[in-house]
Amino acid sequence: MKNPLESLQATVVLGLVLTVVMVLIVNAIH
Amino acid sequence: MEYFGDAYWSFFFRWLHIMSGVMWIGLLWYFNFVQIPSMPKIPDEQKPAISKVIAPSALFWFRWAAMSTIITGLIEAWLNGYLGDALTLGLGSMGTPLATRIGFGMWLGTIMWFNVWFLIWPNQKKVLGMVQASPDEKKKAGRIALLASRTNTMLSIPMLYAMASASHLG
Repeated sequence: MKNPLESLQATVVLGLVLTVVMVLIVNAIH
Repeated sequence: MEYFGDAYWSFFFRWLHIMSGVMWIGLLWYFNFVQIPSMPKIPDEQKPAISKVIAPSALFWFRWAAMSTIITGLIEAWLNGYLGDALTLGLGSMGTPLATRIGFGMWLGTIMWFNVWFLIWPNQKKVLGMVQASPDEKKKAGRIALLASRTNTMLSIPMLYAMASASHLG
């Protein structure tokens, strides 16, 4: 299977998804 | 505000941190959004302009900007008194949302700094012919450097959110 990081578009989408996950974790902590 | 008091030095290192960070992430995005996608479109006889001149120079400023960013960031966090709380993601009894946010930014930035110095740079040296490597080793090194660079591009998005939200959301 192709690594999604080989695609620039997929890299940006993964970065945005990680941002949402991080915000949810920060909100869960506080 | 008292110039050269504690508050001033905190601001001073933040200024250095932002300048270094702009150069680091600016060059990271240049590699990923401009240089790498453009390489297949450049005629072979013109490729050395990138691989022999532009890329080595960009990589020099890229890796030292990464170093400057992490050093000035750690000094700034220490001067502001939240270094320990941030490194523990604000999970201690004195933890604040600011420490958690800046902590995520610091850890993501630290992973990115590690990738620059221990994955991207050693492998790019092989790709660019700055150290000896067989064609197979060069191909493998190129893939590792690309994936590490793409990992950093991916992490730069939540990292910048964490850094900016720590300052502007509290």
